[in-house]
Amino acid sequence: MEEIISCEDMAFSYSHENEEKDKKIPVFEGLNLTVQKGDFVAVLGHNGSGKSTLAKHFNAILLPQGGTCTVVGADTRDEDKLLLIRSHVGMVFQNPDNQIVATVVEEDVAFALENLGVPPDEIRERVDDALELVGMSDLKLRAPHQLSGGQKQRVAIAGIIAMRPQCIVLDEPTAMLDPRGRREVMETITALNKYFGVTVVLITHFMDEAAACKRVVVMSGGDIILDDAPKRVFSNVEKLKSVGLSVPQATELIFELKKAGYDLPLDVITARDCIEKLIGILEEQGVS
Amino acid sequence: MLKDITIGQYLPGASVAHRMDPRVKLVLTIAYVALLFTARNAWALGISAAMLFFLYPLSRVPGRMILKSLKPVVPIILFTAILNMMFHDGLVLFQLWIIKITDKGVIMAVFMVVRIICLIAGTSLLTYTTSPISLTNGMEQLFAPLNKIGVPVHEISMMMTIALRFIPTLIEETDKIMSAQKARGADLESGGLIQRIHALTPILIPLFVSAFTRAIELALAMECRCYNGGKGRTHLHRLRLSMPDLYGAVFAILFAACVICANIVFPGLL
Repeated sequence: MEEIISCEDMAFSYSHENEEKDKKIPVFEGLNLTVQKGDFVAVLGHNGSGKSTLAKHFNAILLPQGGTCTVVGADTRDEDKLLLIRSHVGMVFQNPDNQIVATVVEEDVAFALENLGVPPDEIRERVDDALELVGMSDLKLRAPHQLSGGQKQRVAIAGIIAMRPQCIVLDEPTAMLDPRGRREVMETITALNKYFGVTVVLITHFMDEAAACKRVVVMSGGDIILDDAPKRVFSNVEKLKSVGLSVPQATELIFELKKAGYDLPLDVITARDCIEKLIGILEEQGVS
Repeated sequence: MLKDITIGQYLPGASVAHRMDPRVKLVLTIAYVALLFTARNAWALGISAAMLFFLYPLSRVPGRMILKSLKPVVPIILFTAILNMMFHDGLVLFQLWIIKITDKGVIMAVFMVVRIICLIAGTSLLTYTTSPISLTNGMEQLFAPLNKIGVPVHEISMMMTIALRFIPTLIEETDKIMSAQKARGADLESGGLIQRIHALTPILIPLFVSAFTRAIELALAMECRCYNGGKGRTHLHRLRLSMPDLYGAVFAILFAACVICANIVFPGLL
């Protein structure tokens, strides 16, 4: 498989802008991570674990101070490749209000394409496609402030996919949304990955969102401590808890039951799996 | 409580005026203002005013909207009228101490009032029939040549777009902050003027802080979407001239000719 993002021995630290100018706060050192084309990766981590900082390296918002970050075959420190990188790796942020530029939905979706100098007819086509994809075609002439949070976030996603990027990085896109908005956004992202082969890097602190991904990367204190399929990652319940993270509720329940002496596998992350396992146990014990 | 403020004064519609190119409308509005100030006598001014009675129904903008847009400028109109009445020579109609009102003064005052009313009504017609976004779009393209002499045309229009975009967001935010401060016991509604202005501080400070945070995040999001300034930018909506623009232009030329003729034919004021 083709690598779309590859970080090698990457180091980054924020310089403190107080009296002690030389004091640097390291975020991560010697970090290695690769993302394959078509992958659906969740990055989990506590506040301050460096996950947002890492995400900002993926489209050259931040540049590595040590090591290299190669995105779509270009070094992010190469300024001539900046537009290439940013048009191939789009980024969606937490607050949908602060990333919508225009006063009309379709104009906002067109923003990136206008910046890239795409001819008007093609902009029209790509804007309509992107809005269709996120299910916002009916509302394309609305003003952003008339939309719900989930709808606004979908407009923001449409604004990114109109660029037809190979990869989308989403930095806690559902953190400010209500449950319905969260579901809308997650469905959109999942469909993008599944049907259009867009690589997705989803930074989140919702365990159930991470459980829906193909791969989960857990960060703590600037290091990657776990990197595997969700089932295998979440079976490390104690390790996750030790860095202040929780596990999906289903895993939590199984974990507690196991502690109480029941023989259950820990690779349960969805409610459905959990129910099946529990029914199995009950049947074994003769309850029907 | 702040929710009912509408942005701009655009009244959506499909009249000839609505369908005109914003650039053409801008040019015609500027021309109208220029004509208003060249109109030297009652005839020329009368024609200018009469045209509004034709244009408002044509654009399907209700006439009472003129009154609405005039409201904030009433003090200015009164002030200019009074000044004009006092500072013209001519036949004295009324004198009190050093204040004297002349016949010419009264005529000039009336002219000035008509001019200002026409000015406001005429320019409002532009904002009533053009959405803010197409207006900024039109301005950007119309004034693009000014870029050559160093005027940041694209940047100004980008700033206008962002301002328009964030007005409702910031109003909502103000509402929230006001409720939050009230919940903490802030008293915003009683006391004299000074006290009430003072009471706004705990609202303005959080509002500014949040506006700056938003600005930083927006800048980042714009960068992520390859924003690189105005160079090489294209537009989703290409502005095109169409038939309504032709009608508008022909009408404007006829009208301008009438006003200029009136200026020449009638040398006196009345």
